[in-house]
Amino acid sequence: MSNAIIEFRDVEYQIRTTDPRPVLSGVSLKIHQGETIALLGRSGSGKTTMLKLINCLRNYTSGDLLVEGQRVRDWNRIHLRRRIGYVIQEVGLFPHLTIQENVTLVPGLENWTAERIASRYVEVMQLVGLDATEYANRYPRELSGGQRQRIGVARALAADPAILLMDEPFGALDPVTRAELQREFLALVRKVSKTIVLVTHDVREALLLGTRVVLLDAGRIVAEAGPREFLNLDQAVAREFVAASELVPGAAK
Amino acid sequence: MSVWQFISSHHGEVLAATREHLILVLISMAMAAAIGVPLGLALVSRPRLRSAALAVASVFQTIPSLALFGFLIPLPFLGGIGTRTAIVALVLYALLPILRNTYVGLTNIDPAILEAAEAMGMTEDQILFRVRLPLATSFILAGIRTATVITIGVATIAAAIGAGGLGTFIFRGVAMVSDAVILAGAIPAAMLALLADFLLGLLERRLRVA
Repeated sequence: MSNAIIEFRDVEYQIRTTDPRPVLSGVSLKIHQGETIALLGRSGSGKTTMLKLINCLRNYTSGDLLVEGQRVRDWNRIHLRRRIGYVIQEVGLFPHLTIQENVTLVPGLENWTAERIASRYVEVMQLVGLDATEYANRYPRELSGGQRQRIGVARALAADPAILLMDEPFGALDPVTRAELQREFLALVRKVSKTIVLVTHDVREALLLGTRVVLLDAGRIVAEAGPREFLNLDQAVAREFVAASELVPGAAK
Repeated sequence: MSVWQFISSHHGEVLAATREHLILVLISMAMAAAIGVPLGLALVSRPRLRSAALAVASVFQTIPSLALFGFLIPLPFLGGIGTRTAIVALVLYALLPILRNTYVGLTNIDPAILEAAEAMGMTEDQILFRVRLPLATSFILAGIRTATVITIGVATIAAAIGAGGLGTFIFRGVAMVSDAVILAGAIPAAMLALLADFLLGLLERRLRVA
């Protein structure tokens, strides 16, 4: 296998040193170029924290975490974050900025030329299937949840980062819109060839979107498998998840 | 003699006092905003200073206004009789609502938005000036609006230390035991307050980000 673009080496994270149980412990994982990793787990399993360690929104307490071969601690965190796209469930679009201003924020911070920013805006809007001119001067509040989520993805892709982090990006949507966006996501991934780390608590989503599924439980990685193998895992936690999703009738027995 | 008779026979005087009053308020508000807003901005990244700054501003507001004017008279540079002392007192009075609203507006921002800003690689200063400040504008303006209405009222007391304004009529009316003269100062002051409240309210609504 080629070198990992993201590598967790026995990473531990605790909020206070006195906490008896760390949020994450003994996490080791190599993520390769072009993979889509689905971090699956229940609420509080540490999956979102794992994501936030990658772009330095949280600082790990011990172990090592490398992004593009360099320890996250040694990165200038501002530079690191501008190289990593980030999409969250609540989207976090800036209400005082238009769609175009929202989408082109990072290229603007990176001092791209105006022409390059303008053409990139049209490009990413096409990628997420929205009309660039129609939305340019509209504000986030005028958009539906699904549209906002697409804009969130467009914004994350704007500076053409190699890595995309997504924290339950489709969690707040109705089932129909979610299915629609998941399909679009798969088409998008084929076009842009990014390394993607996606957090979800939905097994179906993990199996559908992930090229590899990593299962977390109480701050530890308990299973790691391709989407097909995942259904046949022996671990109790994995079986519970599969059973709860009713993908395989009677899988828990 | 009714208020209206008094105002029409002294309209030049009333107009001059209103102008004086307005200037007093405008200068004080400009200075209070020039101190309060940057101070609020500075407090965002210094939570330890926050309680101290807000406590000091609150103390100024708890001092009865007449007493505050009195305290300032013997002070060198700031004090004495006249407009300058009145402006210092009015600024101290207006500071709390502006400072408090600025701070609350800047810090009460949807955590998802702040997290997105941070994750996008914005620096602290960029987050402060390009995210927090524009989102806090209507809040800050609401603070300035409250402060302005208070200041228009409190400024009538400035007449007690020789700073002029509409308070002149009120103090004169009290001395003369004449309701008409008191009202000749009170009615224009109330009208100024309502007008300022209305206009700043319009501006506040226009700048609000949904």
